[in-house]
Amino acid sequence: MDLDPLLLSRLQFVWVIAWHILLPAFTVGLASYIAFLEGLYFFTGKPVYQRISFFWIRIFAISFGMGVVSGIVMPFQFGTNWSRFTDAAADVISPLLAYEGLTAFFLEATFLGVLLFGRKRVPPGMHFFAAIMVAAGTLFSSFWILATNSWMQTPTGHVVVDGRFLPQSWTAIIFSPSFPYRLVHTVSGFYVTTAFVVAGVAAFLLLRRRTVDDARTMLSMAMWFLTIMVPVQIVAGDLHGLNTLEYQPAKLAAIEARWDTASRVPLTLFAIPDERAETNRYTIDVPVLGSLILTHEVNGTIRGLKEWPREDRPPVAIPFFAFRAMVGLGLLMLALVIWSWWLRWSGWIYESPTFLRACEIMAPSGFLAVLAGWTTTEVGRQPWTVYGLMRTADSVTPSLTGTDVLLSFLGYMAVYLVIFPTGLAFMGRIVRAGPAQPDVQEETIESGRSSRPVTALPGSEEL
Amino acid sequence: MTEMLDFVPLWTGILGLGVFFYVMLDGFDLGVGILYAFAPDRPSRILVMNSIAPVWDGNETWLILGGVGLLAAFPLAFAIIIPAVYFPILLMLMALIFRGVAFEFHYRHARHMTFWDYGFCGGSALATFAQGMVLGAFIQGFEVDGRHFTGSSFDFLSPFSIFTGLALICGYALLGAGWLILKTEGDLQAWARSMGRRFFIAVLIAVAIVSIWTPIMDADIARRWFSWPNIAYLSPVPVITAVLAFLEWRALTNPRSEAMPFVLAIALFTMSYIGIAISLWPMIVPHKYTLWEAASSPSTQAFLLVGTLFLLPIILVYVAWSYWVFRGKVRADVGYH
Repeated sequence: MDLDPLLLSRLQFVWVIAWHILLPAFTVGLASYIAFLEGLYFFTGKPVYQRISFFWIRIFAISFGMGVVSGIVMPFQFGTNWSRFTDAAADVISPLLAYEGLTAFFLEATFLGVLLFGRKRVPPGMHFFAAIMVAAGTLFSSFWILATNSWMQTPTGHVVVDGRFLPQSWTAIIFSPSFPYRLVHTVSGFYVTTAFVVAGVAAFLLLRRRTVDDARTMLSMAMWFLTIMVPVQIVAGDLHGLNTLEYQPAKLAAIEARWDTASRVPLTLFAIPDERAETNRYTIDVPVLGSLILTHEVNGTIRGLKEWPREDRPPVAIPFFAFRAMVGLGLLMLALVIWSWWLRWSGWIYESPTFLRACEIMAPSGFLAVLAGWTTTEVGRQPWTVYGLMRTADSVTPSLTGTDVLLSFLGYMAVYLVIFPTGLAFMGRIVRAGPAQPDVQEETIESGRSSRPVTALPGSEEL
Repeated sequence: MTEMLDFVPLWTGILGLGVFFYVMLDGFDLGVGILYAFAPDRPSRILVMNSIAPVWDGNETWLILGGVGLLAAFPLAFAIIIPAVYFPILLMLMALIFRGVAFEFHYRHARHMTFWDYGFCGGSALATFAQGMVLGAFIQGFEVDGRHFTGSSFDFLSPFSIFTGLALICGYALLGAGWLILKTEGDLQAWARSMGRRFFIAVLIAVAIVSIWTPIMDADIARRWFSWPNIAYLSPVPVITAVLAFLEWRALTNPRSEAMPFVLAIALFTMSYIGIAISLWPMIVPHKYTLWEAASSPSTQAFLLVGTLFLLPIILVYVAWSYWVFRGKVRADVGYH
C-alpha cells in the first residue's frame, strides 16, 4: 500500500481545521456583537436592539454548536495523527491549550446556556452579563490558541533536550515574537468577517423589504464598525508582514515568490511560480513597490528563496496565491466601505440596490479572506511544525498506516459534508425570516410601507 | 525550587477529578440521548431533550479538559494511548458531532426530523460505545516501544473492549434515567424509572462480568486484589458497591424517591472508577509507564497548576450556578426558539 500516512494526515488536518476555523471566524465577532446589542438594550430599553439580538442569538446558537463539536476534534488530532510532535512539544504548548479550556470553554459553554435559555429565568442584568461572558470566552480562546500557534511559528522561551522542547520562560513562550501581531490581525479579521455577514444579511432583508427598521439598524452599525475596522485590519496586516520578514524570511520570500536576494524589488502582482526552475513565469511586476511595501524603504532588501536549501523551503505557489487572494479581498472590502461613506453622506445607503447587492455578495468575503490568510501563514510555515526546529515529516504518528488515515479522512469528510451544509441551510432559513416582529401592525406603520406578517414567512412556524 | 516539589500526585488528583466530572456529567446527558430512542412519543422526546439542552455543552467541555489535561500533565501517556485508540477516538468524535448538532438541527427541520432524532440517539450511543472501548483497550494495555505505540490501529478491537463498550452504554443509560427521574414528573417519570430498572440490572451483570474477567485476563490485577493483605484492605470496595446497588434498586422501585436514583447511580460509577484506579495504580500506560515516568516537566506542571487551582473552583461555582438557574422540573417551553 503506497498511501502516505504523512500526506493524508496533513490533508485530514487541513480538512478539519479549515471547516472549524470558519466558525470561530464568525462566532468571535458575533458574540461581541450580541453582547453589544444586549448592552444597548439593557441601557436604552429600545426594543429594536433586543429584536436584532434575538435574531442573531438563534444564528449564533447553531454556529456555536457546530464550532464546539468541530473544535473538540482538534486537540485529539494532536494525539491521533501527530503523536511525535505531541511527545516533543507537549511540555511547552499543552498548558496553553489547557488554559484555553480553563479560561474560555467553560465560560462560553456555561454562560451560553444562560444566554440562550435563561432570558426568563435570570434578571436582565444577569442576562447581559452572560452575553459579556460568552464574548469574553471567545476572546480568551483566541488568545490561547493563537499563542500556541505563534509559538510554533516563532518559537522562543524553550530549550531542546534529547529532541524534546522544555519550557524555560513562560512569558517568552506565550508572547513569542509573532504573537501580538497574529492576535490583533486574526481577531480583527474575525470581527470584520462578522460585520460583513451582518451587513450582507441586512442588505438581503432591505432588498426584499423585510423587517426594514431592524435591517437598517444592522446595516448602519455594520458599516460604521467596518469604517474603523477595515483600515485597522489593513494596518495590522502590514505590521504582521514586517514581523514575518524579520522572523520567517523564507515564508515571506515564498509569499512574494522572490528567488534571489535583492534590494529595490518589484511587487509581483501576478506570476506562475516554477519551483523546479526556481523562477517565475508570466510575471506582472510593479518596480520597487515590493521593497516599499514589505520593508517600508525604497532600498529595502528581501532575501530570496535560493538562500535556503530546497528541503528547508516552503511551497511557493500556495502562499503566493493565497496571500494575493487575501489582499485582494481586503482591497474590495475597503472599496465597499469607502462607497458606504459616500452613500451615507448622500442619504442613499439604505436604498441603493447596487450597493445592497454588493453587500450581499461581500457577505462571505471575510471567511474567504480568513481561509486565505490562514493558508498563507500555515503553508508558509512548512516544512516545519515548530519553525526551523521540528519537521512536519518527523511529527506524524509512527504507528499509522496510509489505510488508517484514509479511513479516518473519509469519515471526517462524510460527517462534515453532512453537518456544514445542513447548518448553513438552517441559518439561511432564519435569515430569510428576518428578526421576529412582536407587533406586525406597529412595524408596518413605523417603516412606512407594507410588509408581510413575519409569522407567515417560510420556516418560522416551527421556530 | 519547583524542581524539588513533586506535582504528580496533585495532577493525578486533578485529572482524576476532571475525568470523573466528565463521566458523571456527559455520562448522564449521553445516557439521556440513548434513552431518547425509547421515549414513548413526540412531546416526551421534546421534554427529554430539553432536560439537557442548556447544560450538555458545558458537560462536554470536561472531555476537552480531560484530554488536554492528560496531554499537559502526562504527555507521554497521551502520545502513546491516543494513537493506540485511533479508531475509537474517531468514532467518538464523529458521533459527538452528530449528536451535538442534533440539539440545534432537530427543532427546526421538520422534514428531516427523523434523521436528526436518530442522529441524536445513535450519536449518543456510538460515542458512549467508543468511550467504553477506549476504557477496555486501556485496561488491556498497548504495545509500546520506547516513547511510541508500535501496535496496529486495530489492536483496540477485542471481545473485552467490545464488552466494556456495551457495558458503558448500560451505565450511561442508568445515569440518564436517574437524571430524567429527577427532572420529569408523571408518566414520563414512571417511564424513566422503568428504563432505569432495566439498565440497572444490565449494569449489575456487566460490572460482575468485568470484575471477574479483568483479574482472569491480567495477573497483575489479580495479584493487586487477591493477595494478602490487599484483599483485606480492598474488601470494602465490593461490599460498599453491593450495598449501593441494593439501595439503588430500592430507590428505582420507590415512586417517591426522585433524587436518589441519580445520586446512587453516580455513587455506583464512583465505586467502579475507584475499582479501575486500584487495578491500575500507579501505571498511566498499563504495564509500561508510571504516572511519574509519563509526567511533563515540573515547570510545565507548576505553570498550569497555579492557574488551575485558581480557575477550577471558579468554574465549579459558575457551573453549579447554571444548574441552579435551570433547577426544577423541565418544561416544554424553556426553549429560545
